[in-house]
Amino acid sequence: MRDSLRALGTGAAALGAGLLILAGGLHLAGYDAGGALAALWDGAFGSWRVFTGATLLRSVPLILIGLGFALALRGGALNIGAEGQFYAGAIAATWVGVQAGAWPAWVALPAVALAGVAAGALWMLLPVILRLRFGVLEVISTLLLNFVAEALVSYMVQGPMQEPSGIYPQSAPIAAAGRLPFLPGTRLHTGFVVALAVAGVLAFVFARTWWGFRLRALGEGPIAAQISGRVPAARMVALALLGSGALAGLAGAFEVSGVSYALYQNLSPGYGFTAIGVALLARLRPSAIVLTGIVFGALEAGAGAMQRDAGIPAVAVYVVEGAVILVLLLGDAFARRGLRRRAAAVDGSP
Amino acid sequence: MMDAVAVAGDVLVAAVGIAAPLALAATGETIAERSGVVNLGVEGAMLFGALGGAIGATVAGPAAGLGVGILAGVLVAALFAAVAIGAGADQIITGTAVTLASVGLTGTIYRQFYGPAGVGLSLPTLPPVPVPWLSDIPLVGRAFFGQPVTSYLAIGLLPLTWCWLFRTRFGLAIRAAGEEPTAARAAGVPVRRTRAVAVLAGGAFAGLAGATLVLAQVGTFTERMTAGRGFIAIAIVVLGRWNPVGAGLAALLFGLATAVQFALQAAGLDVPYQVFLMFPYLLTLLALAGAVGRVKAPGALGKNED
Repeated sequence: MRDSLRALGTGAAALGAGLLILAGGLHLAGYDAGGALAALWDGAFGSWRVFTGATLLRSVPLILIGLGFALALRGGALNIGAEGQFYAGAIAATWVGVQAGAWPAWVALPAVALAGVAAGALWMLLPVILRLRFGVLEVISTLLLNFVAEALVSYMVQGPMQEPSGIYPQSAPIAAAGRLPFLPGTRLHTGFVVALAVAGVLAFVFARTWWGFRLRALGEGPIAAQISGRVPAARMVALALLGSGALAGLAGAFEVSGVSYALYQNLSPGYGFTAIGVALLARLRPSAIVLTGIVFGALEAGAGAMQRDAGIPAVAVYVVEGAVILVLLLGDAFARRGLRRRAAAVDGSP
Repeated sequence: MMDAVAVAGDVLVAAVGIAAPLALAATGETIAERSGVVNLGVEGAMLFGALGGAIGATVAGPAAGLGVGILAGVLVAALFAAVAIGAGADQIITGTAVTLASVGLTGTIYRQFYGPAGVGLSLPTLPPVPVPWLSDIPLVGRAFFGQPVTSYLAIGLLPLTWCWLFRTRFGLAIRAAGEEPTAARAAGVPVRRTRAVAVLAGGAFAGLAGATLVLAQVGTFTERMTAGRGFIAIAIVVLGRWNPVGAGLAALLFGLATAVQFALQAAGLDVPYQVFLMFPYLLTLLALAGAVGRVKAPGALGKNED
């Protein structure tokens, strides 16, 4: 409990620092910083409509990808290829969704989501094999596959999956049966509920299962965990990475079946990278990821309003996202140093 | 027949032009990675180099633009070095954060400096400087000897960096810090300081790469204009086997793939040109798996020294 409160405190401090840096920078640059933040707030929380239809809507991919990033990192693996897995999921989900015209919704919706999950995991298969068989850092392989996925989307929407008239670089629309319904009284698709459920499941797995405990042991001390012989390291990391890819793929499926209803290029405004901040700010805790996902969703949602109403480029919110991560990293580094000093004092050695 | 040669010549000219900023950024990242540091902030440094290049060129001409671009790249690398090396934070995450912040900062500063977006910014670009005689060689003449000065810089810095890394004392210290930091320290190499210098040098290269993109290729600045080229540079480092000369060749391959793809699109041929976009990445993955020759990363790559 005390740990959670402390985590909440440092998270809030980091977020505050990020916003302060943005406001200070805008002020120095001669902008109306107060007006900018007010516009940001209005665009994210100004009404029930924008809160559900913009902030929460944008939080769905961030929560799902953030959960996946946390899953992999708990096992000590860094998946920075969520963009690629997101696109793989979006391609497969669109492929299924376009053909779902005659299917009942209770078949079409799970089929679309499962296509995304499977494609996201499949996109992760190569990095997993490369890591286990050849010792290739998953950081590099997942990053490389982002570019391959983007090129694949470009090919799909101008080739085999292009809309029937062949004019626009986008897919045919997803059939009505394959579109996620909205939650009552909102423009927020039901994928949000699924994201919450996934967070609940992962929270249970991390906190209450032997598997989650061993995964963490592996991530924190791979050598110790392997020597103790109880942890089949390769299989666990592989599973965590595949799960990470699957969640990013599900995010891609929800984006096409709940928001865009078709496949486009540049469907993701960089969710795969923003979600890293989401997961870190939450200290890899699933329940906290829901919260930080909504906070970052609010930033993304408010960014548009800030550009429209205060004339500040929407990309300015990336300053906040970057600064939040850097402040957290610095805070951790100083905490570690303090811990080491205390340990040294106990040892009596300098 | 003449026609085919002319087309191939044009594609090569474009390929070398596209490859120049990639080669510069990859050369810088090679230095950093040889010292044991993966700097994903190279994308951000390149973006700042592009903005610095644009602002410098607006105020005082293209040459000043290159200088300002380099300086901007070094500043971004300094931020990365302070967090990842100074405070010992995770390199990958630090680099991602630095890149995110750079996207936001450059977009905001650009708007501040040039007024509301939508106003197309047109900058003086560096003209080609043909080398007499050599630029008349058929097919490859214009591609390698009819380029703007930045392309010559990119090519010339490859062997120079190789010599620095593999033929000087400091180069040895960099490689020792990247392979065996503990042993290096025992031998008297100040590992952190060495890594910091390598990262700052990498930042200078990335900044020059960004300025090159603006001043030799595009002639304008736009939000997020590097569009992942910094990340591509990281792939190029791998394909170039952590060797500057290899990075130059790998960059040329990436440039060629892009140029061919553009040519195919322009010709209106009905071929899936995206295959050419994917090809260099797939080749890099194969190289990592050891399918096309052995590739070995520096031993302590990505690991912080305690």
